[in-house]
Amino acid sequence: MNLTLRIWRQAGPDTAGSMTTYQVSGISPDMSFLEMLDTLNEELILRGDTPVAFDHDCREGICGACGMVINGRAHGPERTTTCQLHMRHFADGDTIDVEPWRAAAFPVVKDLVVDRSAFDRIIGSGGYITAPTGSAPEAHATPVPKEAADTAFEHAECIGCGACVAACPNGSAMLFTSAKVVHLNVLPQGAPERSGRVRSMVEAMDSEGFGGCTNTGECATACPKGIPLPSIAAMNREYLRSLR
Amino acid sequence: MVSRIMSWTYRRAVPTVDGMAQATRTGRRPSTLETLWRSTVGKKAVMAVSGLVMLLYLVFHMLGNLKVFFGPDDINGYAAWLRTLGQPFLGHGWFLWIARFGLLAAVGLHGVAAYQLSRRDLAARPTGYAHRRRRASYATRTMRWGGIILALFIVWHILDLTTLTVNPRAEEGHPYQNIVASFSHWYSCVIYIVAMLAVGLHVRHGFWSAAQTLGANNARRDRALKATANGLALVLTAGFLSVPVAVMTGVVS
Repeated sequence: MNLTLRIWRQAGPDTAGSMTTYQVSGISPDMSFLEMLDTLNEELILRGDTPVAFDHDCREGICGACGMVINGRAHGPERTTTCQLHMRHFADGDTIDVEPWRAAAFPVVKDLVVDRSAFDRIIGSGGYITAPTGSAPEAHATPVPKEAADTAFEHAECIGCGACVAACPNGSAMLFTSAKVVHLNVLPQGAPERSGRVRSMVEAMDSEGFGGCTNTGECATACPKGIPLPSIAAMNREYLRSLR
Repeated sequence: MVSRIMSWTYRRAVPTVDGMAQATRTGRRPSTLETLWRSTVGKKAVMAVSGLVMLLYLVFHMLGNLKVFFGPDDINGYAAWLRTLGQPFLGHGWFLWIARFGLLAAVGLHGVAAYQLSRRDLAARPTGYAHRRRRASYATRTMRWGGIILALFIVWHILDLTTLTVNPRAEEGHPYQNIVASFSHWYSCVIYIVAMLAVGLHVRHGFWSAAQTLGANNARRDRALKATANGLALVLTAGFLSVPVAVMTGVVS
């Protein structure tokens, strides 16, 4: 496959960036999107150019490190992470636009790399339970209703990649925060701190400069882990309940 | 109660990241309303409740408008009756004034919250994407402009049929005649039709969005709530539009 890539190049956080056009050839449809970028980067290095910087780690779709906006969609045309997106979803001769996550709370570090530590600070404000750690407790000591376990698991799937923020026209982190809040608040272990948790995490989210939710649903469409849109309603419910 | 105290003292004993376990006995905690208004989630809840108040009013307003089809005596009598509502506990016209102040508060809160949240939302995405793509449904994308159109329409509508300032007939106590006079002018009909289409779109996204914001939505109710929103939007728009259409076609004259 031969492709034309228009990639956002930005040397550093404080320098201006622009879309730069590259041609790549000999791309196999079985390559992942990141492998295609690796091919481009090898060529750039051989030419003496600076390779395109992008985040990646496991390349198995479970770590949440990779992420870029491909043709206006977070993680590209398929509902998966960028590392699990394969070139067979593109056609020979396509022009592909590649941009970093765009949000005030996710400043660009370089090229396609953004600083997502705002997510870490949201987690730090309440995405845990205050309990002594140590050896794993006996599994039957705290009964968990099946429905609660399923809900918690569904929300624990969030890998914190930031696609929700990138897709949201308001750069809102509501889906991410709701995944974390709901995951812990439905479990008996998380229940004692459920009010403080939701208030604290929403406050942290707001103070990071993320936008509010206008219920466009873009986040849930982009989420590679399928965190559902009603999760935001569940967090709103928890938040309003905590104010009673 | 015992368990609450215990968990509280326990939490104090464990060093934690600020925020979650920070509540102390001595510190002044912001009031519920203050917290509500300061957070994006709370402010959106204010928008949802004020929006639902206005929606409830619109349903009754639309139903009242339909009395125009029963003739001048019916709707003029209905308008007069609205002024006697609550008597003798309330004075003549008091009910309407209470409703007007309630609605004014709802419009004000809705507008201020929308303005502040929109400012914040726009600031949260300072750089757009070079690859533009149509996002979300038409109703969702037009909420802000639709809201502005509706705010302007409310001003026009009050000047036309409440204060009668711009009404061509301006006969107090005769809404039937005033309505017919107003809709006899093309510009009045255009303004009204545009605004009612905006109402439909606003309600279509707004009702479901309010349910989501107030935490009333879940996976099982999602489709039912969306269907209700569509139904409400359709019925309201059709009901309101039937009046100018009836005047234009001569059914009501």
